[in-house]
Amino acid sequence: MNSALSITKNIHDWLFSIMPEAAASIAEMVLIALVYDAIKLLSKELTGTTRADKFLYNLAPYFVIISSLMALSVFPFTKEFQAFDINIGLFFLIAVSSIGVIGILLGGWSSNNKFAMIGAMRSGVQTISYELSIGLSLLTMVLLTGSLQLSEIVEVQKSGWLIVQGHIPAIIAFMIYMIAGTAETNRAPFDMVEAESELGAGFHTEYSGMKFAYFFLAEFINMFIIAAIATTVFFGAWLSPFGITESIPMLGVFWFLLKALILVFLMMWFRWTFPRLRIDQLLTLEWKYLLPLNLANIVIMALLVWLNLTISF
Amino acid sequence: MERIIFYCLGAVIIAFGIASVTSRKMLRSVIYLSFVLVSIAGIFFLIDYNFLAAIQLTVYAGGIVVLIIFSVLLVHHIEMELEMAKATKKIVTAIACLIGLGVFLTAIYSYDFNVINMALTTTTADIGTGLLSYEAGGFILPFELISVLLLAAMIGAIVIAKGKKLTEKDNQPQ
Repeated sequence: MNSALSITKNIHDWLFSIMPEAAASIAEMVLIALVYDAIKLLSKELTGTTRADKFLYNLAPYFVIISSLMALSVFPFTKEFQAFDINIGLFFLIAVSSIGVIGILLGGWSSNNKFAMIGAMRSGVQTISYELSIGLSLLTMVLLTGSLQLSEIVEVQKSGWLIVQGHIPAIIAFMIYMIAGTAETNRAPFDMVEAESELGAGFHTEYSGMKFAYFFLAEFINMFIIAAIATTVFFGAWLSPFGITESIPMLGVFWFLLKALILVFLMMWFRWTFPRLRIDQLLTLEWKYLLPLNLANIVIMALLVWLNLTISF
Repeated sequence: MERIIFYCLGAVIIAFGIASVTSRKMLRSVIYLSFVLVSIAGIFFLIDYNFLAAIQLTVYAGGIVVLIIFSVLLVHHIEMELEMAKATKKIVTAIACLIGLGVFLTAIYSYDFNVINMALTTTTADIGTGLLSYEAGGFILPFELISVLLLAAMIGAIVIAKGKKLTEKDNQPQ
């Protein structure tokens, strides 16, 4: 405790020496607080349990963080600003996001700690079940676009965002997607994985410093990824509403981030609004309600597309 | 450049393949196996067959490895190590492996592979129409057969999972 305090104090002194005029209001300045937090996490001691499997214990955070960073590569921020426009874009996203759970399972098991182990098992059950709903709700929208390539999905939406084009089934798909996405990122009300009143901190109980920060960072990146997929598939990615800034393509980044951050806000809103579910309620929700609803929804969407009942401007 | 990446991936596959069968800690060998499977996905990406690469990632790395990890988590404690096999078993396995390797290598080297300079990648639409077409070269029959097989497997799983409850219900009227 004492050494942690002195590290924080040293960073404070150091920041004070490089920018004295900002130091007076340092507590209020959010950006500097972020720098603070990152330096603190970097400089913390890396602890571990004595009889843990050290190799797997150290490997686990990388699985989680690398799979989330890989997913970021395919998003179309503007028409030109897309790193990797692969023809199976959406499928690639689902594929990559299914690897992250290995890291959580490994981290929980190799910590040699009961709470971490229970957290990891819960995470596995939860992620495997809700991946189905994510896949099926996105598949509903693929029926409308007829392509998995993200740039083509955006191209289709020039005549109306998909949530408007597909109206009722699209809105149902969006709601299912947001519920499953919140569960997939292990956020409240589905944070059974690290339920702090029951399990300490769940699968990352034994992690500290930067290794803990990787798990934490990955959770927030995953939240952004879920929001960004929703933006791309339901809300027209970089397209501006009603084409108001079509002449300035640079503003695409702004629109993309705005839509994605609104959805991130929605997920945080869930977190502060709903109480946590029990694990059996969580599984009942997925297998008995969301999955049948999703399958019916796909059939309805297929009928709509077949009978040309979609709305397009 | 592609050649270098190919050899890197090949080295990773061989190294982790050997590591996965020689490691005495069960979960470690599963993780080495997952490295092998991901590297194979990398080779599919290298030959521009994106669809199969993504399938490899979802089905093998995301699905099967997770299931194996799950079963290891349930049955295996962190301090346990796998036993060493007996000498006779080792010899028999080595001979069987060498025979298998010989069959593979002769099959690969006796077949005359055509080198195709095709820059086009197979799109998902092609695969979809191929799977569902009932004309010559279509795959509708195997596709439907596999769907029936998967349905049977799912029903079987439910029957096994609920076995006791189902039989109890049948016995009640008597």
